[in-house]
Amino acid sequence: MGYKTIVEDNIDILVAGAGLGGTGAAFEARYWGQDKKIVIAEKANIDRSGAVAQGLYAINCYMGTRFGENNPEDHVRYARIDLMGMVREDLLFDMARHVDSAVHQFEEWGMPIMRNPKTGAFLREGRWQIMIHGESYKPLVAEAAKKSADKVFNRICVTHLLMDEAKENRVAGAVGFNVRTGNYHVFKSKAVVVGAGGASNIYKPRSVGEGAGRVWYAPWSSGSAYGLLIGAGAKMTQMENRIVLARFKDGYGPVGAYFLHLKTYTQNGLGEEYESKWFPALEEMVGKRYLDVEASHVSHRPIPTCLRNHAFINEVNAGRGPIHMVTMEAFQDPHLEEIGWHNFLGMTVGQAVLWAATDVDPKYENPELTTSEPYVMGSHATGCGAWCSGPEDVSPDEYFWGYNRMTTVEGLFGAGDAVGGTPHAFSSGSFTEGRLAAKAACKYIDDGKAEGIRVSDEQINRRKEEIYKPMEHYKIYRNEITAGTVNPNYINPRQALDRLQKLMDEYAGGVTVSYMTNEKLLNIGLKKMKTLEEDLEKIAAENIHELLRAWEVKHRHLTSEAVIQHTLFRKETRWPGYYYRGDAMKVDDDNWHVLTVSRRDPQTGEYTMEKAPLYHIVEE
Amino acid sequence: MHIDKVTRRAYNIEPNMCWECYSCVKACPHHAIDVRGYADFAPLGHSVRVKRDEEKGVIAWRIKFRNGKKDMDLLAPITTKPWGQYIPQLADVPAPSQDQRDSQLLFNEPKYIRMDDGDIHTLKSNGLKMVEGVEAY
Ligand SMILES: Cc1cc2nc3c(=O)[nH]c(=O)nc-3n(C[C@H](O)[C@H](O)[C@H](O)COP(=O)(O)OP(=O)(O)OC[C@H]3O[C@@H](n4cnc5c(N)ncnc54)[C@H](O)[C@@H]3O)c2cc1C
Ligand code: SF4
Ligand code: SF4
Repeated sequence: MGYKTIVEDNIDILVAGAGLGGTGAAFEARYWGQDKKIVIAEKANIDRSGAVAQGLYAINCYMGTRFGENNPEDHVRYARIDLMGMVREDLLFDMARHVDSAVHQFEEWGMPIMRNPKTGAFLREGRWQIMIHGESYKPLVAEAAKKSADKVFNRICVTHLLMDEAKENRVAGAVGFNVRTGNYHVFKSKAVVVGAGGASNIYKPRSVGEGAGRVWYAPWSSGSAYGLLIGAGAKMTQMENRIVLARFKDGYGPVGAYFLHLKTYTQNGLGEEYESKWFPALEEMVGKRYLDVEASHVSHRPIPTCLRNHAFINEVNAGRGPIHMVTMEAFQDPHLEEIGWHNFLGMTVGQAVLWAATDVDPKYENPELTTSEPYVMGSHATGCGAWCSGPEDVSPDEYFWGYNRMTTVEGLFGAGDAVGGTPHAFSSGSFTEGRLAAKAACKYIDDGKAEGIRVSDEQINRRKEEIYKPMEHYKIYRNEITAGTVNPNYINPRQALDRLQKLMDEYAGGVTVSYMTNEKLLNIGLKKMKTLEEDLEKIAAENIHELLRAWEVKHRHLTSEAVIQHTLFRKETRWPGYYYRGDAMKVDDDNWHVLTVSRRDPQTGEYTMEKAPLYHIVEE
Repeated sequence: MHIDKVTRRAYNIEPNMCWECYSCVKACPHHAIDVRGYADFAPLGHSVRVKRDEEKGVIAWRIKFRNGKKDMDLLAPITTKPWGQYIPQLADVPAPSQDQRDSQLLFNEPKYIRMDDGDIHTLKSNGLKMVEGVEAY
């Protein structure tokens, strides 16, 4: 195959995937490593890549410490309550104490952040969210990353991390291919920050056919952050903690601004309030520690998102759907109506397209909501990701092994979706985590920890062969095509994705089973996952574009297997409304007030699972 | 996006992996790309069009409903400053001291992270500690 091998050598810091986390890392690395070689390898073009491609209408994580609004520990408590206790509070505290500095810099760079005319503070949408005109959020942070990086390689799908052959369990760079030219790219680097984003499309989406890409999280979020890290043998945490979202039906338009700013609310198909009637039973199921209906009423303690989903799902299953968002009141105010539309144009254009196409004018008609298929990503309101070291001045011993945001593989760092246990980071928190990882990575290099790295040609050539294997496989077997895509000796990437989505849906708690699973189902799922893994060795790619899809589905597969392993391990229903273990329907604090940690042996593919202690921040 | 050499038109090679993110629509200098909502659930006859202008720092939208009853123009700012000029070049700012390297601070901090511009929050400064187990919840 006529593809060139292009080697980029002597890199100090390689940023693999430059969304919000990666751009933060590239930007900050230049400050602590002014003489260092900083390189970005990105699957798309960093100007519009990642979950923020469309822009955002809100920054969901901002303390406002400067305006006396919140302290970092307040945000930790909020995230802890929302996730039923299961978070890494050291990492969260650390993110929260830095995040405001990122947000104020965005404003200095030119991001239009709305202000409260009375107080002069940023205009609040909710306690943690501020409102922005963020259509150009991603181009703006990309500009900052470009100023700092020595080189930006756009259109590189990173497939594997390179491992050092002088010292075990140490990273040495990454490899991938250009999705346009097909060329093989080798990046030899002392440290790597993985910011390759979370996973959409591992569960069968509600969307079908031509609209199958209209999912909530971006369809190009291929679980690569997890696939790369799991593939390198890094430990992962909380991978069972997938998220389900209540969103506007079909368009997946977000509801945050509607609830918080426009003060819209939900009701069932009969026009009734329905949430509160499910709460007493829920209180029994999860225990008063996590849902105390009476106390919540008095103290306005937030109700965990998963529990509100539970009410939604049960109300619909009881036959009283659809659930509507009551917009007709708020939208009578022309100012609020305009905000309602801007909110979608700024971050989910497809919802505006859908309302225009279906003549749904929220001023005169309350739009339908639905609950989405599950997603796996650790920067939104859920905590999947790598088991990373925290900062030395906050973390207890079990959470600390040297460098902030470093995974259990030496020199390998994470940011954003890649880091586990840090929900509610969102865009600003992901950017902040990138900055933290970059500073730590510079220190790692300055401390001499990356000395003597060795990467053999054998490793580089082995990976090359592996990467292009789907194209070779296609060439060998294409004559056996019986019709269209039917072939006895291979599957194509779409077929592999369909199989993955179907089995995740049916065995690991997707929409068609109302998020229900159990040990038996999960074990069948794992078995099917293994045979899918075998078939992924026979995946065929007709061209470079299909090769991209082939590697995306391989990363999604690694992510999904981790999800099943973790779901199997945690024998309780910790987050009703995200998923249910039918064989263990209650929260079980005696056994499971812990974090789950896994490692997949890169040589054998075997999983080992362990429990890690859960620390909470309390008053001295 | 690929170009059809016969009709000389660009087209989306994989609509079922399109997010309707409009990045391609915004990027085309000739406003040649149109979006038609997905056939599965979006009836024909609507239109959402956009023009993004980095120089002027604005984005303009026009939304037309299928039934023709609503036709909206919406305008939003995308930046408040000349594009990119206010982002610092960190290679040229004074290098951090060893003290800063050993501290928990990031570039430009402690600016913005405290009400009093004091030092960074720590568990100690905020009167906190970490305790293991469910009793601490
Ligand atoms: C619809 C939606 C609405 C949201 N709303 C808000 C909001 O209102 N406010 C808010 O603060 N946050 C919001 N978020 C969350 C926010 O966007 C994410 O938390 C944040 O973008 C995560 O950052 P990240 O760097 O981990 O991932 P991303 O920003 O997704 O970046 C991942 C990057 O990795 C690249 N990549 C992927 N695979 C590879 C590979 N194999 N090789 C190389 N590169 C690769 C991608 O192209 C991308 O550039 C929203 C997200 C979505 C999807
Ligand atoms: S709208 Fe977005 S996802 Fe769809 S083709 Fe254009 S750039 Fe790609
Ligand atoms: S950028 Fe616009 S004009 Fe140029 S090829 Fe693409 S669609 Fe055609």
